[in-house]
Amino acid sequence: MAEIIIRNLRKEFGAFTAVQDSSFTIGDGEFFMLLGPSGCGKTTTLRMIAGLELPTAGEIFIDGEEVSQKPASQRDIAFVFQMFALYPHMNVRRNISYPLVSQGLPPAQVKTKVAEVARILGIESILDKPVGGLSGGDRQRVALGRAIVRDPKAFMMDEPLGALDAEFREHMSEELRALHDRMGATTVYVTHDQLEAMQMGDKIVVMNHGVVEQFGVPQDIYDHPATLFVADFIGSPSMNFLRYDGAVRAGDTTVSLGGVTMRTPEIQADAAPGPRVFGVRPEHVRLTDSGAYRGKIEASEYLGTTQIITLSSSCGSLKARVPSGQVAKLGEVVGLEFNPATISIFDEITGRALRSAANARVLHG
Amino acid sequence: MSAYSITEPTLRAKWVAGSIVVLYALITLLPLVWIVLTGFKTPPDSISYPPKVIFSPSMEGYVNLFTTRSRIAADDLAALPPPETWYDQIVRDRDMVIVGPSKFGERFLNSVIIGFGSTALSIILGTLAAYAFSRFRVPLKDDLLFFILSTRMMPPIAVAIPIFLMYRSLGLSDTHLGMILLYTGVNISLAVWLLKGFIDEIPREYEEAALIDGYTRFQAFRKVVLPQAATGIASTAIFCLIFAWNEYAFAVLLTSGTAQTAPPFIPTIIGVGGQDWPAVGAGVTLFLLPVMIFTILLRKHLLRGITFGAVRK
Repeated sequence: MAEIIIRNLRKEFGAFTAVQDSSFTIGDGEFFMLLGPSGCGKTTTLRMIAGLELPTAGEIFIDGEEVSQKPASQRDIAFVFQMFALYPHMNVRRNISYPLVSQGLPPAQVKTKVAEVARILGIESILDKPVGGLSGGDRQRVALGRAIVRDPKAFMMDEPLGALDAEFREHMSEELRALHDRMGATTVYVTHDQLEAMQMGDKIVVMNHGVVEQFGVPQDIYDHPATLFVADFIGSPSMNFLRYDGAVRAGDTTVSLGGVTMRTPEIQADAAPGPRVFGVRPEHVRLTDSGAYRGKIEASEYLGTTQIITLSSSCGSLKARVPSGQVAKLGEVVGLEFNPATISIFDEITGRALRSAANARVLHG
Repeated sequence: MSAYSITEPTLRAKWVAGSIVVLYALITLLPLVWIVLTGFKTPPDSISYPPKVIFSPSMEGYVNLFTTRSRIAADDLAALPPPETWYDQIVRDRDMVIVGPSKFGERFLNSVIIGFGSTALSIILGTLAAYAFSRFRVPLKDDLLFFILSTRMMPPIAVAIPIFLMYRSLGLSDTHLGMILLYTGVNISLAVWLLKGFIDEIPREYEEAALIDGYTRFQAFRKVVLPQAATGIASTAIFCLIFAWNEYAFAVLLTSGTAQTAPPFIPTIIGVGGQDWPAVGAGVTLFLLPVMIFTILLRKHLLRGITFGAVRK
């Protein structure tokens, strides 16, 4: 098991820069999520850690050893592919034992290890079947078996649940997390599904256009997004953005939103007047007659225990997550209150959150 | 009454389709059947008019194919001891004696060496090149691939004279090596293009999994890619072998003795001691066998390979 340190990692394909100077640290035994939309460089980053791509610049330390220019075979890591990539001309047993055979392990030991892995994953009954006829879940288990049989320093997983149907994905993600907890192995997991990332990850890196937007524990990323992109990408429905113009000074605890004074966490930075974004999550919006900031109800979506109310206001439209019992009449103008401790203020030009008492601990770099 | 079905053809449609297939098979097989039958006829039967379909079979064509014979006077023939073998007997019946083996055996062996040798070389080089084109960032990849293909854009015989002169000064004329290199040169473009298509279809993840499992690139190629590409390799090998086996023009031009293959040899039979059609028939029949056996052995792969990976299995 190992700590993985990524320092100024960069990858260019010709004129296209896939990953730009990324740095982050994956702690020993962590379940680490690389999250982002497709084409954001997360898979390229994973492949560089695994040794399937060589970085243009930067360093990768696995267990203290700099490996960025070493071939995959010398890094002692395991990789689970989205397509599973089971060797189609071999049966399950040979697929799982293949990495051990390559290490030159004696056959008796290979047999014991394969049996042990099969027991852990509950696939003893299919060991002698060809991989062609297996269900998606069983293929996934075999692919995992091939990964864990070798006790590698770390696991790389490239959207391993992407090829499974929705119902089974849920089940498999629990199984994966349980397996990780039992083995305690450092795992780097690529996904574009923010729910999956928050559900399973100890830590998340959010990437966009080859840049690391933010990394941290799921709750910090959700509560205190460092950039507009993260705020928009994480959470469903995503964070409300209310646009206004104004200056801020360190020590401010309010901003003026469309002429209404709104309380915020204490701002710790100075910023000249300019376009700002007032960010608030839908669950932190309350509909109340006393609210000075007014919004008109445009639509409501019923979700069982809660409902999502869409409103239009002077600074843009927003959504509120409120109990489904609350009556919301279309066209009605209501007052809105926001939970002050949860507010994020962004600079719309740079896209970054302004440092405040709430997010100071989370922001970095 | 059976119900109408869109997937199951009607009985009449099956009959029509079947008849067309059988008719086509008859048309294409007829010359082949005729040449095989000719191999078992006596020379008078082979040129009789109207042609004989029913005849008493004879091994004379095969005996003539493998031997050289000499006509001797009736007195000398009578003075000889009685024939020792059945083939001596066949030859004596024509007032001749066997004076030695013919060159057919050697020529046939040359065909086997050159045909299979160039096929093996084309496949080895073609698979490696196709793999590199498929997987690596080769500079000027498209131009190189086009260049390789362009070697097939003119009939090979158009460069016969330069090759003839080149081979003469290199000492490659009438050598096995020369013919193997020549046929490999012609086949390699086909092999690279066909095999690249097959290797492109194999997901890279298989090799990447092997690389991570601790194998070198070459081991991954050998243990993971090659078994997956077996279908493509088999069908490419058949195409290469058929070309090298049947090639006539270069063989006539560049070989005369040591390395002469069967195609230029068979016509020379006609000129020896009258038009010996049964011997020609026998020679052609034997000549067809290796490619037929090779194709039958690889047939399972060929059927799947001939769709060029268009259909997922």
